[in-house]
Amino acid sequence: MATFVLPFEKPIVDLVDKVRELRALAAKDSRFEPELRRLEEKAGQLAREIFQHLTPIQKVQISRHANRPYTLDYIRRFITDWIELKGDRRFADDGAIVSGVGTFRGRSVVIVGHQKGRGTKENMKRNFGMPQPEGYRKAIRMYEMADRFQLPILTFIDTPGAYPGIGAEERGQSEAIGAALAAMARATVPIIATIIGEGGSGGALALGVANKVLVLEYGCYSVISPEGCAAILWKDGSRADEAATQLKITAPDLVQLGVVDEIVSEPAGGAHQDHDEAASRLENVLWQSLLALEGKSREELVDDRYRRFRALGAFVA
Amino acid sequence: MAWPEKTLPSTDASEKKTIGAGVFRRCDGCGTTLTAGELAANFEVCASCGHHHRLDADGWRRLLLDDGALDPWDDHLSPSDPLQFSDGRPYRERVAGAQKKSRSHEAIETGRAAMNGQAIAYGAFVFSFMGGSMGSVVGEKVTRLFERAAKDRLPVVLLQASGGARMQEGILSLMQMAKSVSALERFRKVHMPFLSVLLNPTTGGVAASFAFLGDVNIAEPGALIGFAGPRVIESTIRQTLPPGFQRPEFLVEHGMVDLIVPRSEMKNRICTLLKHLTHAEATRPARPSRRTAS
Ligand SMILES: [Zn+2]
Repeated sequence: MATFVLPFEKPIVDLVDKVRELRALAAKDSRFEPELRRLEEKAGQLAREIFQHLTPIQKVQISRHANRPYTLDYIRRFITDWIELKGDRRFADDGAIVSGVGTFRGRSVVIVGHQKGRGTKENMKRNFGMPQPEGYRKAIRMYEMADRFQLPILTFIDTPGAYPGIGAEERGQSEAIGAALAAMARATVPIIATIIGEGGSGGALALGVANKVLVLEYGCYSVISPEGCAAILWKDGSRADEAATQLKITAPDLVQLGVVDEIVSEPAGGAHQDHDEAASRLENVLWQSLLALEGKSREELVDDRYRRFRALGAFVA
Repeated sequence: MAWPEKTLPSTDASEKKTIGAGVFRRCDGCGTTLTAGELAANFEVCASCGHHHRLDADGWRRLLLDDGALDPWDDHLSPSDPLQFSDGRPYRERVAGAQKKSRSHEAIETGRAAMNGQAIAYGAFVFSFMGGSMGSVVGEKVTRLFERAAKDRLPVVLLQASGGARMQEGILSLMQMAKSVSALERFRKVHMPFLSVLLNPTTGGVAASFAFLGDVNIAEPGALIGFAGPRVIESTIRQTLPPGFQRPEFLVEHGMVDLIVPRSEMKNRICTLLKHLTHAEATRPARPSRRTAS
């Protein structure tokens, strides 16, 4: 795995590195076992301590962590018979959104997720996870296909936002996002959305109109990036930490506001420290969520989703 | 310029003394000096060059609605402060200031009205209220607009002028996009038209939700319309944007809006569209309706 370390996680990473060395030694000589256990325990405890007190902007940094598992990392771990389906049938295939069909614990499902890249070349292909209109039109194609064949939809949200570019505007970024919201609203199948990393505004929401919305422990979901918010409010992007706090974008905030239904816990030190463990935890919550929705009729699913979003907002009547 | 059913703004004698004909304004389009009275009488359109200056919600009502009359819906809804947001100035204070300045409870007015006798569900954004931004109240009022229009089987005419979602209500503002579009999706089932009128500006979360989902999308001359603001795009791609970018002609060329309609023709064009799109409904022999809102 590429090594990318945030300043506040350095002590954890140093300990984890020692654990790895010791694990190699213990594999050859059992006398290292007790020391290994002790160090593993210590690393876990340190991670828990540090992560318990993360500030909102630190959680944002974790949600964007370069080593964090992306959509395809999860698909690889708990979806079998996966076939990626490409293209919007109108203009192009958008690498910032992956979609397809696969088997989730015996059920065929449709999957749509943002996809970030690792390294320069892949990030070019994935456009840093920032979709163009064709990405959203591909998503609409998937939502409609899932509806046609009565397959549940799992979405994975992880984007800084929809791409702001000339071509995106020419091809109707606004219309594409609005139409994706509408397609999700009318789909007569269970939809479960999971914010696995960054949930950046409308570009994220186009995958988010679900019956159940989950968020990973250090995932974030916001109407505007903290940097963008700070730039507008104070003409000072460096005050992103204040903006992150004000905007209430962390997992517990999202649950408290009713925007998210459930938090999926991450391994000690964050999902990027252990992709397998992170995937296994998400798989279990997804499975329980899917089972809970499977009994509902097509009408119930649409009405249930309508009521869920209908209730969001705060005002004085 | 000929205005349909022209209703001049009422200016009483006291107003005339203080504001009166003595106030001059320069046209933003051609620089001609005009009196404020002339501009107001012309619904803020320059008589020399046709430049469309911003028309407030009150002006739109007078321009479009029969007798300028709106029977308001949900006018009592006011914003709360779910995030206890403060950017140096508390959100509550900002709201109070906006209410005073705009003389409106929130950034949209909705209600029942008539256009040339045709009953409609009508909504118009109030740009002077925090840039027409969409928070919980705007989302709720748009949602109720579609819900009531579905229940009463009315066409919807919605005028947008908004910079997008309201930051100060955070993620709840984003959720209004999903909520309002879900309501629009239900409204579709009654087979009544939704005419979306895009004013200056229509961007961000309002553009990326219901604004482009009209059965017909109409743009006003000169309006800035798009997803991302021009400065955001410029700073991302590090290029200057081509002239006319995100302007109505650009949107027509790229297939995103149907037509560009100047204010002087707006009422007639909307009424003609409503006549066509409700023709089957209006001429169908009376029988129990099977299309009812669910
Ligand atoms: Zn002029």
